[in-house]
Amino acid sequence: MSDAGGTRTIEVDYIARVEGEGALYIRTEGDRVEDCQLRIFEPPRFFEGLLRGRAYTEAPDITARICGICPIAYIMSASHAMEDVAGVRVGGALRELRRLIYCGEWIESHVLHIYMLHLPDFLGYPDAVTLAKDRPETVRRALRLKKAGNSLMRCIGGREVHPVNLRVGGFYRAPSRAELDALVPELEWALGAALETVALVQTLDFPDFEADYEFMALRHPEEYPFNEGRLCSTGGVDVPVSRYDEVLSEAHLAHTTALQSRNAEGQPVMMGPMARYALNRDRLTPRARRAADDAGLGEACRNPFRSIVVRAVEVVFALEEALRIIRAYEPPADACVPVGPTAGTGYGATEAPRGICYHRYRTDGDGIIRDAKIVAPTSVNQARIEADLRALVEPNLALDDTALQALCEQAIRNYDPCISCSTHFLDLRLERR
Amino acid sequence: MTPLRVIGVGNTARGDDGVGPAVVERLAAMDLPGVTLLCRDGEGTALMAAWDGAQRVYLVDAMRSGCVAGSVHRLDAARETVPADVFHYSSHAFGLAEAVELARALGELPPTTVIYGVTGADFGAGDRLSAPVSMALEALTERLAGELRDA
Repeated sequence: MSDAGGTRTIEVDYIARVEGEGALYIRTEGDRVEDCQLRIFEPPRFFEGLLRGRAYTEAPDITARICGICPIAYIMSASHAMEDVAGVRVGGALRELRRLIYCGEWIESHVLHIYMLHLPDFLGYPDAVTLAKDRPETVRRALRLKKAGNSLMRCIGGREVHPVNLRVGGFYRAPSRAELDALVPELEWALGAALETVALVQTLDFPDFEADYEFMALRHPEEYPFNEGRLCSTGGVDVPVSRYDEVLSEAHLAHTTALQSRNAEGQPVMMGPMARYALNRDRLTPRARRAADDAGLGEACRNPFRSIVVRAVEVVFALEEALRIIRAYEPPADACVPVGPTAGTGYGATEAPRGICYHRYRTDGDGIIRDAKIVAPTSVNQARIEADLRALVEPNLALDDTALQALCEQAIRNYDPCISCSTHFLDLRLERR
Repeated sequence: MTPLRVIGVGNTARGDDGVGPAVVERLAAMDLPGVTLLCRDGEGTALMAAWDGAQRVYLVDAMRSGCVAGSVHRLDAARETVPADVFHYSSHAFGLAEAVELARALGELPPTTVIYGVTGADFGAGDRLSAPVSMALEALTERLAGELRDA
């Protein structure tokens, strides 16, 4: 870091409290940001390459290993894509079980990010362990809430991380009514705790910052989206997911191992909770919408620091949805719809906690994968994070390097970036000239 | 669950990462009254739930260190900080080390918390332990069983 001759650089060699390994480099000259690079240096993992030659039935379990916190997103997108190839639709109780386990993933992922990764920024703690010393009850609530999400994952998926009970067409075994009913009392407690979470985070001190985002998310005729919907944006996009590649294109940039996605006009888009909320507020449950209204989110939230509030609202939604599904659950006659090998191309897009997880596969008549494309939401959000940082740094150049670096890291965590997923990504360097 | 617990931490499908569960499997074949044996994959909140209410907990986990493969380190977590870079777990950096420190901050760490770390050689796919870790297994199991009987 320096402050000589009007040039200033901020470098963070390893960004904490994000999943995976990345760095940030910012160079300013006078009062202008000359360069801003979110550098994802975690090596690419070549999942798309290793999927070639594997059976269509293997894609969900293989791609689940891309991420320990959002495996359901990968399992679901891969399964839907393979079902799309075969022209099979999974409905009824199996479809509801898919939404239910997705609720579990959102709850555990969002709660971990809200309390353990993001809240320390707002309350002035270096990490959740230090926060726990001063506010043990807050952290205990977080742990119990996360456990409620874990319990859904374990009950339906067989285990919390990298569930083993899901497959193309549905599940290996459907849970009994009694197994799901046993989760209800803790989920009811968790719903109350989720509402307390919204009440807590809405009182935080948010930096005064807004941007003119193009929000992109799935939109379904009736539901707040998990598994299904059209690819929609506040910029006028409204297409089936099979046209994803026409809407977003990827390019390799020298400073990052994660491909960056931009829209047809070459502009970044934002995916994730704020995008889902802006496009699907009317699909929230009444209680979740009321919590959003009480928190002052309005029709759309354009301050990314307030994404923590939107995440908290989505936890309320996920718990209400989970309870609804469990109360109405009738075990399916079969745990799975048969899906045979088919030659063709299939598309799957589902809403991971961080935004749309897109899969495209081409298979041959034996069901062998010949081509695969996987786009994680963090790689789409990457360009948008850089744009936020550029806009945020210029008005805040009066801050000293330590304060400016902390603000930048907080802004990156607004996106709950999953760097491991996106390497198909943080350390910060700020150079002031 | 009894106040005396052993938790084998790791993934049995990833080579030497399965050493913790392998020790638990051997302990299960021994006569150890009053000991609850558990296996966990290393996710932090699940570990905290597993030792909740225990008086004495022994964790066995594979680790990466600069030491020779198969070497065993005994760490008294009630007295020492657990190094996060040695017991690596990637789900948003909330694994064994972070779970111990968070439990300590919350006053929920069992009074006796001992971690046996076994330096692994091969964490590739498969359910087999490497030769150096296999060779360390019996002595470690006996050592831990001895501690449990004296507990």
